[in-house]
Formats: sequence, structure tokens, C-alpha cells
Amino acid sequence: MRCRDLHKRYRTRNGSVDAVNGLDLEIRPGECFGLLGPNGAGKTTTFEILEGLLEASSGDVEVLGMRWGQHDGELRQRIGISLQETLFPEKLTVYETLVLFRSFYRSGHDPEEVIQEVALTEKARSWVGKLSGGQKQRLAVACALVGNPDLLFLDEPTTGLDPQSRRQLWDTIRRLGEQGRTTLLSTHYMDEAERLCNRVAVVDYGKVIALGSPAELVATLGGEHVIEFALANGGVIAEDELAGLPAVLGVRKEASGLMLTVTEPHIALPALLEIVRRRNLDLSRLTTRHVSLEDVFVHLTGRRLRDEEVSSP
Amino acid sequence: MRKYHPLRELLLSRLREFLREPETVFWAYGFPLLLALGLGIAFRNQAADKVYVDVQQDGGAAPAVAERLRRSADFVVAIHAAEECRNRLRLGKSSIVVIPGETVGYLFDPTRAESVMARQRVDDALQRAAGRRDPVATREDHLTEPGSRYIDFLVPGLLGMNLLGSGMWGVGYVIVDMRVRKLLKRFVATPMKRADFLWSMVGARLVFILPELVVLLGAGWLFFGIIVKGSVFSILVLALLGAVTFSGLGLLVASRAQRLETVSGLMNLVQLPMWLFSGIFFSAERFPAVLQPMVQSLPLTQLNNALRAVILEGATLGSQGWRLAVLAAWGGISFLCALRWFRWNS
Repeated sequence: MRCRDLHKRYRTRNGSVDAVNGLDLEIRPGECFGLLGPNGAGKTTTFEILEGLLEASSGDVEVLGMRWGQHDGELRQRIGISLQETLFPEKLTVYETLVLFRSFYRSGHDPEEVIQEVALTEKARSWVGKLSGGQKQRLAVACALVGNPDLLFLDEPTTGLDPQSRRQLWDTIRRLGEQGRTTLLSTHYMDEAERLCNRVAVVDYGKVIALGSPAELVATLGGEHVIEFALANGGVIAEDELAGLPAVLGVRKEASGLMLTVTEPHIALPALLEIVRRRNLDLSRLTTRHVSLEDVFVHLTGRRLRDEEVSSP
Repeated sequence: MRKYHPLRELLLSRLREFLREPETVFWAYGFPLLLALGLGIAFRNQAADKVYVDVQQDGGAAPAVAERLRRSADFVVAIHAAEECRNRLRLGKSSIVVIPGETVGYLFDPTRAESVMARQRVDDALQRAAGRRDPVATREDHLTEPGSRYIDFLVPGLLGMNLLGSGMWGVGYVIVDMRVRKLLKRFVATPMKRADFLWSMVGARLVFILPELVVLLGAGWLFFGIIVKGSVFSILVLALLGAVTFSGLGLLVASRAQRLETVSGLMNLVQLPMWLFSGIFFSAERFPAVLQPMVQSLPLTQLNNALRAVILEGATLGSQGWRLAVLAAWGGISFLCALRWFRWNS
């Protein structure tokens, strides 16, 4: 699946908004591709264009070697979709819902098997209205799977779920990945993209601002580790001084303290602690961790924000 | 036959959802039944109502006038002071005030039907008591056979109203609800044929009218002895045509509405003229001639007329041809417009 120079403009009361603004993507067979970005970045609009539910203002979309508007019937047979927030009929059982969706496809899975695959066997005869949020979301994934699609779209599958339900859904999605099914997933959870996706596109303001495997994206920061700390009693260490410490690649000021990107924490950390000891400062917080996609995102959008500040008069 | 047939599964889903929702079952079947029972009891055949007459206390003549009126069991007579009489008349406690005197006076409101009637009957009674002889001999024959009572008139009207209401709600409301829940969007994201979906909506309506017919006509027969003079087949055809037509109207109002409030308002807007003008509770013929073209062009008017003709007069379907044509035209145009404007994506 690929799309080139995708645009979608919405008319609003005061002018127009570009929800998608020149977006390019290429998704390879068999991979789990993540579209990562904050709310309002244009993820859902992009999804709906790729799913053929929305027409792009301009740009070219090719799905499974076919095009919307020419091969709709065939495409619908071969893709499975989980929309954001579909409310399935409350008074049908899980099994009845899946039989209904199965009936729309020429070929596909036995509903019982799909129910087992998303771990809803115990709830197969329960009304949809009685399911928890996580179970409903797994039902949505099951409805996307029941036609045995070559390409699976999951739009924010875990948004609004509690941690345990998210983990259960991750297990399900990871199993699908192991079967070699091509999956396009959107999320605004960085950890989700890190865990599930082979490759990730970071989207902001309707554009791809970074693309690569989670490891590659993390590597763009240079260091693999982060030291975060805060000083008590209004203590200050100049940012320049921190940037000059050994093994430190970058310094960022955050609301809750300072963040250092480092190559080797066992070299950077003693140097930092030495300054604190020498000046009689007090640490109120000190943590070290691996760099995450979260840091990549902050890094990318943070730079962008500063650029705007420079260019504004 | 395929193991999973989309039209069959869609239809089954509609039927299951309906039957698993106790409130909708009540509104579809229980409510019209209660309405028929209530109205049937309120307007059951009984002797003509008593006439409430007040005689104004005025000198000594009042007791004598009251006495003359009391000879007829039709009158309930009371004597009150002038002021009191006027108040009671104004509040509807009496229909007429008789003011005794050289010339007997009648005080009443000429726009109140029962007052006009009371004036005639009181005048008759007083004139006869004073010695009037009627030159023409008359005889009274009373009509009480089934088929001519109010309840007989009412039940076909309620049947029509029910077909209207359940067609509109059962299709219009349900579709907008699906649109709000993004279920319509989810359906069009599958290879589902849109025609299958729309046929399942209409098909479900057609299945649901069978119990509607049985409940209303059955209760009419059981409680009020209403007899269907025409063929059951004709009634079934009329009901099916009515259900399809009103499903079309329901689909039309639901074709673009994005919110349940919008579609509820639109449905009431469409139904209101028919509740008023289509002869559910009283004959549509009562409206002035100026309004008749509008009244007669409403689909429910024609459905009610045809139902009454078949149920009460035993008319054949053939004799109802142009009524069926009006209904079918409404249904056909509604469906065409709805399909043109229908919005699957929100």
C-alpha cells in the first residue's frame, strides 16, 4: 500500500483546515506499520482515505495494487477495518455480531475461531452491551478479522482502555503480526507503537515528520539513554555547563526539571553528581532510563516549535 | 443456500434487536391496544347523554317549569339564582339556563353542540307540556349493529396510525441511531451490499406488522365484537403496502439526519398533519371542502379509507385501486428521494 502527496482540506467557518497536508507512506507486505502522532495530527483522516471511506482533496492512493473508485468491491473483500469508537448493537451477542459481519464476505474465518483468537470465547453468548471496554475493542478487532483480510486497519485500538485491557489487546495484535498479516495501526501511545510496530511514521500537522523502525527513530537522538533530574530549593546549573559534560549529547528544559540525552550514563552521571556535590546543591529527583519514542516525538516537535519562534517577529 | 447469507443475517439482527427491547415491543403492540380499549370504553354505545338544565330562580314560576321538565327522564333539572346559573353555564356544569316568564328565555352558548341540542329538547318538552300537538306522526328506529359504532370506526384508524408510527420509528429512528453509533460507517467499510441493508429494514417492518394486525383486530373482535367483513388477504395487502410506504417516509427523514433529536423532530413534523387530517379518530370528511384536496392527498387518509372500506364494508381491493395508487406513489417517491440523498458516512 502506498500513498503519495496526500491532501485533505476541510472547510470550516473561518476558512479551511488542512487535516492531511502532503503525506507520503509506503507499507510493505507483512509488516505492522504504526502511524504515531498526537490527537488532531490527521491520523484518522489519513486512515479513512486509505480505507476508501473519505475522498482525498488531492494525492494518489494505491491499496493492494488497486485504487478506490475503480475496484471498491474487490478491495472491501480484502481489507478489514476497526474504526475508532464503533458502537455495535447492544442487544446482539458477540457470536451473532460476528456471524453478521462474516456474512458480508465471500470467504473468511469461522466466527467461533475468530472469537477464540481475540480471547472472547467465554463471552461468545453474551450481549455486546454487557462487555467491558476492552472486550468491546477486541470484538471490533474480531469484526475486522472475520473476513480474513490481507490488510488490517486498526485505528487507535487501545484508546481509552485500562492498562490490563491494553496489554490483552497488544497480545492479540502481536499474534496477528506473527501470522504475517499486514497491519496498519494508529496510536497516540508511544509505548504501543514501540511494542507492536516494525516501522513507525511520526505524524504531526498532517505530515510525516519521521519514519523508520522504533530502534532507528530512537537512534536519531544519538544517545540511547536519558537522565532526568530536578534540583531542590531553586538550585540552578546552567544548560551550557550540562551540555559540556562528558557523554552528554543534548539538554532539554522541561516543566518538571532537566533532561539529558547521553551515550553512556556511567560516565555522564558521576560528572553530574560531582557538580551537585561541589556546589552543595540538593537533588529532588534523579532517574535514568532508555530513550523511548516519546523522547523522539518531543525532540521532533520541540525543534519544530523553536523554529517557529525564531521565524516569528 | 450459503451458510452466511447477508440479507438473512441483517434481517435476523433487526428482529433480534427489536424483540430484545421490551419498551419498543410495548410501544408497537401494547400502546395501540390500550388506546383502542380506552377509547372503546369511553365511547361505548349507551343511551343518549342526560341534558343538564338549570332553571333560574325568578319569582314563583321556577318550580312549575322545573316540574314540567322533570317529567322526562332525559333532563337533570336544578333551580339556582340568576348569578349562580350563569356561572354554572360558563363552567359547563349545565348546558342551558331556562328563564321562566311570560316569554320563556333560553340562555346558552350557540357554539356548544350540546347546548344547541339542549335548547331544542327543552323547547320541545315545554311546548308539549303546554299542549302542542305534532301534526306528523313519527317513529324511531335505532342502529346498534356491529360495523356502525364508534369503536368500529376507530380500530381501522388506529391500525393505520400504528402502521405510520412504527414504519417511521422502526426505520427512521433506527437508521439515525446506527449513524450516530458509527455502525452505518462500519457497515459500508465491509463489502455489504447497500441494497441488502435497506431491504432488511423494510423486510423487518413487514414481519412486524403481522402481530400488529393480529393484536388490534383480535382485541377488537374479542372485546367489542368487531367483525371483519372483507377478506383477511385484502387487509394484509393494505397493511403491507402501508408499511412499505411509511418505511419509505422513515428512510427519507433519516437519509441525512445526524442526530436523534433531528430525526425525532422531523418524524413528528411528518406525522402531525396525518394525525390531524387523516381521519384516525373522526372522519376526514369533516374538514371543509377547501382542505379536502390536501386531506385526501395524504397517504394515511387513503390507507385509513381503504382499511375501513375493507374491514367495515367488505370492499374488494380492486375497488380501492386509486387509494392504493396514492399510497404507492408516496412510497415510491419517498424511496427514490431517500436513496438519492442517503448519507452512509457521517
